[in-house]
Amino acid sequence: MKPLLQLSDIRKSFGAVRALKGVSFDLQPGEVHALLGENGAGKSTLIKVITGAHSPDDGTLTVDGESLRSLTPSRARELGIACIYQQPALFPDLSVAENIGLRLKKTSAFAKVKHAEQRALALDLLKRVGAEISPDAEVRELSMPEQQLVEIACALGSGAKIVIMDEPTASLTQKEQHLLFGVVRDLRANGVGVVYISHRLEEIFALADRVTVLRDGESVGTHPVKDLTEAAMIQLMVGREVAALYPPAESEPGAVVLSLKNLGCSASGVRGIDLEVRAGEIVGMAGLVGAGRTELARILFGITPADSGQITLNGKPLTLSSPRAAISHGIAYVPEDRRRHGVILEMPIAHNITMAVHPVLFPGTWLRFKAETAMAKDFIRDLGIKAYGPDAPGGSLSGGNQQKVSVSRWLATKPKLLILDEPTQGVDVGAKSEIHKIIRNLAKEGLAVLMISSDLPEVLGMSDRIAVMREGTVTAVLPGDADAHDVMAAALGQSGKEVA
Amino acid sequence: MNGKYSREITVAAALGLLLVALAIFAPNFFELQPLLSRFTSQMPALVAAIGITLVIITRQIDISIGAQFSMCAVVAGLVAAAGMPLGVAVLAAVGTGVVMGAFNGILVAWLGLPSIVVTLATMVTWNEMLRLWQQGRLLPLPDGIQWFGLSQSAGQGVVIAVAVVLLLAAAWAMKNLAAGRHVYATGTDAEAARLAGIDPKRVTFGVFVLMGGLAGLAAVLNLVQSPQVQPNAGDGLELKVIAAAVVGGVAITGGRGNLWGVLLGLLLLANVNPALTHFHQPPYWERAIQGLVILLAVVADGLKRSKKTA
Repeated sequence: MKPLLQLSDIRKSFGAVRALKGVSFDLQPGEVHALLGENGAGKSTLIKVITGAHSPDDGTLTVDGESLRSLTPSRARELGIACIYQQPALFPDLSVAENIGLRLKKTSAFAKVKHAEQRALALDLLKRVGAEISPDAEVRELSMPEQQLVEIACALGSGAKIVIMDEPTASLTQKEQHLLFGVVRDLRANGVGVVYISHRLEEIFALADRVTVLRDGESVGTHPVKDLTEAAMIQLMVGREVAALYPPAESEPGAVVLSLKNLGCSASGVRGIDLEVRAGEIVGMAGLVGAGRTELARILFGITPADSGQITLNGKPLTLSSPRAAISHGIAYVPEDRRRHGVILEMPIAHNITMAVHPVLFPGTWLRFKAETAMAKDFIRDLGIKAYGPDAPGGSLSGGNQQKVSVSRWLATKPKLLILDEPTQGVDVGAKSEIHKIIRNLAKEGLAVLMISSDLPEVLGMSDRIAVMREGTVTAVLPGDADAHDVMAAALGQSGKEVA
Repeated sequence: MNGKYSREITVAAALGLLLVALAIFAPNFFELQPLLSRFTSQMPALVAAIGITLVIITRQIDISIGAQFSMCAVVAGLVAAAGMPLGVAVLAAVGTGVVMGAFNGILVAWLGLPSIVVTLATMVTWNEMLRLWQQGRLLPLPDGIQWFGLSQSAGQGVVIAVAVVLLLAAAWAMKNLAAGRHVYATGTDAEAARLAGIDPKRVTFGVFVLMGGLAGLAAVLNLVQSPQVQPNAGDGLELKVIAAAVVGGVAITGGRGNLWGVLLGLLLLANVNPALTHFHQPPYWERAIQGLVILLAVVADGLKRSKKTA
């Protein structure tokens, strides 16, 4: 049978980051093909290549027998490729029927909208996906899964032959999941090919015919699902040795600095967290995207205050209601999105570094440029920041050096607890190991470090202990020498013993 | 030109060119007394421009400053007419401005409402309150208020000195006080500022309060230049100073700009009218030329930005 979609040796780089290093993939008619991989393995990039959002640097796409160098989003739609994202892209102020009509009917801007026809079409499509949604409802009134069903209805209506589903069940209830599974099976029965992405292994076993595993931007194998066990799948996802590039722990952890008891925040979906971080210890925090790790960091930094449980810092119970309060108690947070929240690109790095220490560095009211420059020079030297001087704007630095500036800002506050969120994301290899050395040295000097990372080798290589989060809570705390298997199993919700 | 001060240099060059042309073709322009009068009459706008510059750098806008200015002028005038000393009138004007600024600040900073809508509402409200209250009456001032009871040239000296000292103090503070840097940080990225322990709400509130206070001071500097108070003295002031800020290189998207550029922008725009008179051209061209200058500044900003992102 001729495949609906064939990708061969697709490559794509973003600057120095090689997101896809030669991925091959094919989709047959009437097949559900699961795509599996850790965070950052290249799944999203691959989808964007298929939907035409990114054009590959190299490799070929064959859609329905037609070979293409690359696609545009509109060409992909014409070829019958539809993608259902986690966050539906509908217009909230328009009705369901209007949304469907807008997506499916190409009319000239001044043609009269045929309301009755539009409504009938919507009604028919909604019935086909088994959704009990009125075509007249405004989309903003719909729940997330209802919106997803509208998206699927659009895909059906467009006569899509290739449907990509990116973690479609992430926000669905059990009942809605069953509904969705039914729709997927219908699609398959009608000869549609479905690319199904999910972190829930049980769904892959329930739905998929074949599975392709991506790791570090490469496809490491395509297998019929019935030939694989859960353990084998996890092995394929992580299957690599942790490089011995990480600086070793040299000190014994000291007293407990941070202690969390049953901590929760209903607004951000974090619940029942028990965790301790000691002086001189690096606690790595692993988990899938959306497991609640950044949300926990934001609670600890007072951005979204906790509404249940207890935070204790150096033996004293605390309430943290704002970043200012957190800073004054000696908590520092190097945020994930460094370009947005970490470094102000327009400002000189000296200003960036002193931003959180104004009251300390400048007692009284005015700034002391000498003290500021001296502090900036110290950090530039100590952390090896590559810049032409303290006056260089943050935006002129490379990603790794920006990250060092962001770290400097927080070290300047002389914190007791340092929270790092994805400290080496988008940083090149050399700067990465420098940042690792910096983090290890800080721990050696007695700082308590909580390091959130989606980079599994980094978590394994750096951590003295590893806390794994899943669905808003810490599900496992593993020793630093735990293996990739156990961490991934805990993150996916399988117990470590089963896979061992 | 792409240097750090390219805008200031461009505006200064345009202003210089205009002055040189005037010196050659209309040397009358530089007669001392009229020149001094014209310069003095721009000082209230300069003081208000200091305030709006800070507001715009914080990535906000305040279009109620003309209304604030009128309100402060009337309050100060009434206090002075009641026989109170000038110092009390000044305090009353500044106090009134601070209260109106705080009102805007509360709505924008703590309720998170868009400043353009809030200040549009307060602009209309203050203006209509004034109209109902004063019915457009001119308010005569007692002796000893005009020119602070000094001679005209001494009075002009005081007005200019106050405005220039305020400008110097504000420019110094923006560079040397932590508060100044907090204003830039909030305007560039409020969330990043918050994560660094700066309270963007407090910064925004403070900037609006300062704007109100400066509008009050500006009203006083205007009031002392004439024997009576016009209850619509501030009409159009907001556009004038926002235009000066934009021409002077203050980014309407926040985070960027400085007071020296604004001073140059104000002087350039303010000289269009007298220059036309001295070149014996009809004064109707004033607004059109000012519009063109603003347009040029905005286009230059746009080109610079698109080049950066390209």
